Amino acid sequence: SKRTGYCENRMSFLSVREISPKVRSINPTELEPLVKRAAQIKTELTQGVRKSYKDVIDVCWGDPHRGGVKPLTFVRQVLAACMYPQLIHSDKLPVDVRRRAQRLLDVCDGESVGSYTATAGIPYIRSNLARFISRRDGGVPSSPENIFLSSGSQISLTHVLKLLIHNQASLPIGVLTPMSTYSTFKMAVEGLGGAVIPYYLEEERGWELRVEELRRVLREFKDVCNPVALYVINPGNPTGHVQSRTSIEEVIRFAAEERLFLMADEVYQDSIFGEDTEFVSYKKVLSEMGPPLSHQVELASFHSVSKGFMGECGLRGGYVELVNLDPEVKKYIYNIFLTDSSPAVTGQLALDLMVNPPRPGDPSYPVYAQVRPIKIILWKLMPQRNILEVLNNIPGISCQPITGGAFILPRLHLPQGAVRKAEELGMQPDLWYCKLLLEEAGVCVGPGCEYGQKEGTYHIRLRVLTPVDTMEEVLRRLKNFHLNFLKEFS
Amino acid sequence: MTENGLGHREKVLNMNTMNPNVKRVEYAVRGPIVQRAVQIEKELKEGVKKPFSEVIKANIGDAHAMGQKPITFFRQVVALCAYPDLLEDNKFPDDAKNRARRILQSCGGGSLGAYSASTGIEVIRQDVARYIEKRDGGIPSNPDNIYLSTGASDAIVTMLKLLTSGEGKTRSGVMISIPQYPLYSAALAELAAVQISYYLDEDKCWGLDVSELRRAVEAAREHCKPRALCIINPGNPTGQVQSRQCIEDVIRFAAEERLFLMADEVYQDNVYAEGCQFHSFKKVLFEMGPEYSNTVELASFHSTSKCYMGECGFRGGYMEVINMDPQVKLQLTKLVSVRLCPPIPGQVLLDLVVNPPRPDEPSYATFIKERTANLEILAEKAKLTEQIFNTVSGIRCNPVQGAMYTFPRLTLPEKAIAAAKEKGQAPDMFYCMKLLEETGICLVPGSGFGQRDGTHHFRMTILPATEKLKIVLENIRAFHKRFTEEFS
Repeated sequence: SKRTGYCENRMSFLSVREISPKVRSINPTELEPLVKRAAQIKTELTQGVRKSYKDVIDVCWGDPHRGGVKPLTFVRQVLAACMYPQLIHSDKLPVDVRRRAQRLLDVCDGESVGSYTATAGIPYIRSNLARFISRRDGGVPSSPENIFLSSGSQISLTHVLKLLIHNQASLPIGVLTPMSTYSTFKMAVEGLGGAVIPYYLEEERGWELRVEELRRVLREFKDVCNPVALYVINPGNPTGHVQSRTSIEEVIRFAAEERLFLMADEVYQDSIFGEDTEFVSYKKVLSEMGPPLSHQVELASFHSVSKGFMGECGLRGGYVELVNLDPEVKKYIYNIFLTDSSPAVTGQLALDLMVNPPRPGDPSYPVYAQVRPIKIILWKLMPQRNILEVLNNIPGISCQPITGGAFILPRLHLPQGAVRKAEELGMQPDLWYCKLLLEEAGVCVGPGCEYGQKEGTYHIRLRVLTPVDTMEEVLRRLKNFHLNFLKEFS
Repeated sequence: MTENGLGHREKVLNMNTMNPNVKRVEYAVRGPIVQRAVQIEKELKEGVKKPFSEVIKANIGDAHAMGQKPITFFRQVVALCAYPDLLEDNKFPDDAKNRARRILQSCGGGSLGAYSASTGIEVIRQDVARYIEKRDGGIPSNPDNIYLSTGASDAIVTMLKLLTSGEGKTRSGVMISIPQYPLYSAALAELAAVQISYYLDEDKCWGLDVSELRRAVEAAREHCKPRALCIINPGNPTGQVQSRQCIEDVIRFAAEERLFLMADEVYQDNVYAEGCQFHSFKKVLFEMGPEYSNTVELASFHSTSKCYMGECGFRGGYMEVINMDPQVKLQLTKLVSVRLCPPIPGQVLLDLVVNPPRPDEPSYATFIKERTANLEILAEKAKLTEQIFNTVSGIRCNPVQGAMYTFPRLTLPEKAIAAAKEKGQAPDMFYCMKLLEETGICLVPGSGFGQRDGTHHFRMTILPATEKLKIVLENIRAFHKRFTEEFS
């Protein structure tokens, strides 16, 4: 067929048989077909197809800008000036923007953002990141040598996994992974030939991470794989749970006892909105636990510009900080990053702007201060307690409070009739629910089966970093849909 | 024993537990010689006296780093996309604004900061397909076969990951040219796939002979399963532009041996020599008729890093897959989704490369002037380099027909080779290190790219500004004379 460029009825040179079994073993995401259908419906609506709703509302991606959150003016002004340096000499931009753009261009080869950089990232920016980390952690030292930048944190996560996962032994390498988690991490583990060891968060206690569960799961999987790493997401995605200091200490102690490499995904560290909730980094807690643990426990912590108050997912800026790594192994970290050449410069610049924002007295400070604090961003959006109240008042839906992150994960108590119908159709019940919600109400949410959940439970994931009107409309449509759904299947 | 007397505790991630494939990864372009160059730069900054005042990094194909200016129109559009308030600024031309508006419309929330689909923004993939159609004289290109990527490297590594399988004798084998761009060997080492080397013919201007391909693949079948053939055209580091006949021969060979063809065409605009022309693998394939165009499986790669724009830092690129088995394509699409999406600014830049100002647009005049100037200057420098190197006794340089590099052959005195051996260094590494210490010029030894046993080369980029390049060439000439005398 000329359209697909593929001629049927011939034996391919490269058939699925020849494809890497690791790649074949990756469980595909459920989200893409949903999102594709959402895009189709959007097109149908513009073509005049009649539906009971006038637009499709997409709250399934964790993408603040897509959801209507505006980028920070200072960040975008500096980036534009770096990309088109003539702007540095124009007085259209505030003087601190122009100064910062010049400073950043000074550390780019040939003063251009079009040049490659050092593989681990621009040294000036690595230094600034180290200073930021140290400030954030109340003075705990951080060295630029331990910081590696990448085009998004997914890449550095995969690189660390690449160090840990090999296929030399008879049992696959195991990575303890929270249920629920976003799918691309699981896919990354599977793609490298590793095994996901799922541990469940305690939904009834606000999605708490309990060490007893980690212990249980290790016992269960010890003969099936070789557990080597423990992956935690704090604040949680999609659960919105922020770990207490005590909980973090317990996890660290557990990792030390069981000899697990700790991977702490902290990309939502700036998205904290619980009244009395505070983010404390794994590194800080580790350091404050003192020797021997503070010198022993191997930790990789990840951050990026994609979430928090920046929301710059598309710029692809992330980093990993490595703590207590074997000095011999450290020599090879560089090797893994080599085949990327160097991280996207726009992402690197965005990282610098994230950790070095305008300060009081700078011309850009007043605008920045108005929008930056996440609590302010969220108060402009629908307060999470209101969202919680609405959801908990829908019969058949219950929801845990969230104190951080970007999502809410309400539980659907589906009637037996609905579960049976889904099984007949060969679909996971919550995926089927999401498909119907999209078709009938024009709302796109993520199905719980995508992220992992306890057997027999069903959930949907909604992004809370969404403007008030949109969120109110989403909840209104969801409520209507759910009540009708219950009527039909009870 | 540590301070607390508890004894040294072994790390969870140590040399025994670490993925052993990582140890095998080498990438000479950013290898030990570059690390030494960076150190020397630091020393110069600190005021240490050296026989030179700056380090010239002629090791990496980075045009902007060597002073080439970006294309004005491209940077205007990305700036407008980054900070859309500038759309109100009358200093920006209308055509740039229209491009920016169109692109922003296809971004989530109208922002460069939103994720795109993992294969790239749809409208940009369509633009890429149209560009390919135009380039290849109307041969259809389907946007569904286009995957945008984080530079071409991302797509190349993804393809290699996709087709690597097997153990022992059934391990996938991938044919790569010697000399080659070390991304390929590095990726294959990390994936524990088998590298099947085929030699380019230095005496025939780095031409490719099918009999050599045949020799390589037949020998390889004893110990692996050959799956793919990689070819870089125009070549890196060798700079040759393959003839149309050669491309046909390669395609025929791939068809006979049932090999997946990977055509790295990132230098497609960098063609300088008289009588040389870029022929895309896809175009030649389709012109060979349905027997081939319906069966040969091909992936071709392009990026924003080279040609006349040199935008390496944006990490823009794409691959087009032809005749890929639909089941395999599903696996490929799944695999790229793991890394989410390529950087949006890079996607935007790629869109401008495939959709530049048209002759009827206001920015066209400046654009065409900048593009032509960049390519002309490169052509001049290619010629200059070949000329000067060929005046040096002991250096023999093939014509730089295309790409951005020269890969001259060195004749090294026996004593130098012995001295290198004593140091545990490849002779051309020994040579390049000495060159670096004495002149501040950073090149990459030929051993980093692969070469015939007993031969020695280095790779130098032709990117430094013309006046600087002349000095560099002079300094290398002088160094080579000294070196030869010192070790005679």
